[in-house]
Amino acid sequence: MALPKRNGATLVWLACAALFVLHQDCWNWDNSSLVFGWLPVGLAWHAGFSLAATLLWAAATRWAWPEEIERWAEETDTAPDQGGPR
Amino acid sequence: MIAAAEVSLLPLYLILGYLALLIGLGLVSNRFFKGSSADFFVVSRSIGPFLLLMSIFGTTMTGFAMVGSTGKAYSSGIGVYGLMASWSGLVHSAVFFLVGIRLWAAGKRFGYVTQCEYFRARFDSPALGYLLFPVLVLLVIPYLLVGVISAGKFLQATTAHMFPELFKLTLPNGNPHPLSGGVPPWLGALVICLIVLSYVFFGGLRGAVWANTFQTIIFMIAGGVAFWLISGKLGGLQAAAQAVAESDFGKPRLAREGLIGQAQFFSYFLVPLSVGMFPHLFQHWLTARSAKSFRLTVIAHPLFIAIVWVPCILIGLWATAHLGPNASPNAVLGRMVNSLVHSPVLTGLVAAGVLAAIMSSLDSQFMCLGTMFTNDIVVRLVGPDRFNDRQKILLARGFILLVVGVTYGLAVYLKDSAHVFDLGVWCFSGFASLFPIVFAAVYWRRVTKAGAISSLLAAAAVWFVLFRQDILAKAPGAGEDEMLIFGLMPVAIIFTVSLVTLVVVSLLTRPPAATTVDRFFPRRPASLVP
Repeated sequence: MALPKRNGATLVWLACAALFVLHQDCWNWDNSSLVFGWLPVGLAWHAGFSLAATLLWAAATRWAWPEEIERWAEETDTAPDQGGPR
Repeated sequence: MIAAAEVSLLPLYLILGYLALLIGLGLVSNRFFKGSSADFFVVSRSIGPFLLLMSIFGTTMTGFAMVGSTGKAYSSGIGVYGLMASWSGLVHSAVFFLVGIRLWAAGKRFGYVTQCEYFRARFDSPALGYLLFPVLVLLVIPYLLVGVISAGKFLQATTAHMFPELFKLTLPNGNPHPLSGGVPPWLGALVICLIVLSYVFFGGLRGAVWANTFQTIIFMIAGGVAFWLISGKLGGLQAAAQAVAESDFGKPRLAREGLIGQAQFFSYFLVPLSVGMFPHLFQHWLTARSAKSFRLTVIAHPLFIAIVWVPCILIGLWATAHLGPNASPNAVLGRMVNSLVHSPVLTGLVAAGVLAAIMSSLDSQFMCLGTMFTNDIVVRLVGPDRFNDRQKILLARGFILLVVGVTYGLAVYLKDSAHVFDLGVWCFSGFASLFPIVFAAVYWRRVTKAGAISSLLAAAAVWFVLFRQDILAKAPGAGEDEMLIFGLMPVAIIFTVSLVTLVVVSLLTRPPAATTVDRFFPRRPASLVP
């Protein structure tokens, strides 16, 4: 999908914030009804939340991937060592 | 009383077969060993996406993922999933993405193997390295103890009545003990320690990565098969859920009201931040071949958590109707399997699955302690050129042996202590409270070594005060309820103190030298954090 990387990253972090808020499903707190006749609604919400988190991180790896970090890791450090192992 | 003839030894044979496979895996991984310390400690930074996903997932899932989640759902209801599993799915992946990849990059660029090496160089402070080392070791050891003690007790329960003469146990009133004939915990824990030792000792972290992958597959399959068979025996998913809805004990557990507080539910998101400071996970991150190897881990981790946890939560929920209100939570999974399926094969498979979940965390923890003793203490004290690669590996193996021996001794000594299992949450809270330090290290150029050291000391002090109040000073017979402060998890208080101290002291002290900070930040501004 052609989405400018900067906009994509912003959308990803907005979605992350939204998920963070949606985790607190206080409207399900005393709801013991069953979805499809077998799955408690609170558990269904949070199972769905896990799937949404999977989609969120799939989007993050596509639109918010830290490519500069990858390049940096491959570069040679020329500064004098300050305590790291040789 | 159960006659010996009625007890099938098949579960034991399945467990032994599974353990033998693990030893074989360790021996095979040893054949791929390249002889260098980088290969022993971080698998020559060569692990691809699939093995990284499986080893990291296996390491973060402990025995609690199967036995504890089922028992906790039985006692506290479905809210346990949101409390522990769905938060972890979001937060673990966030930490892998935001922190893990950057630490991997620093490790690859500068050749780090342990957290202390990274923090010492990032803050240009040997003192921070020496302070952090005992804190990390003291937090990992109780975590190890929980695993070793759980494994010993679980094996005893699984093998109960199999050896009626050899391991006879009686109650004080002379009647047979329910676990009579089971392999005693000291022997079960010893076997588990030796198995883990064998593949870590010979295969190094490669042995642990391979074993974790195999173990993760086993416990995911075991959970799925148990769920499928148990739901079938209960008349299907709808019949099982309907029985819970009609049960006085079970019905409230279909929701959260009265069982989990809103503030507790919210503040639990801080606990999974602990993965950012686990030394064993840090070591696994460093094994990645490239940053791209993290992609599958970041994406699939929440899904894998759901695959393991949803079936276990449902089995625990169904147990409220099937077993009634008086079952011991830790025995719920075993009782559901034994009372409904009557299959020695499934009993053996579930037992292997539980042991797999326990051992997949133990191996990485043993390995990281050996690595830390070698690199952060010995090599640091005598100088990096004093030992060659072969000698460093020998040292690490010696330390791993020592760590396993000490852990085993402590596990046997503390196996009947009621509070050992409470230590697990406190360990996680301790690691989570150190998260501000690692997050600031990778994102905040202005953070100072004084800020990091003060934050570490403040977190340790508050942690100890609350830990003392909850565990050490608790009157015998006091309630087993989790400690809450204004309805929040204690980690919220410790984390806040750690964070505020880090920020305030950093801003009040002289900024770090630009030459030190510049080494750890790419030249182009990072676009990770909005």
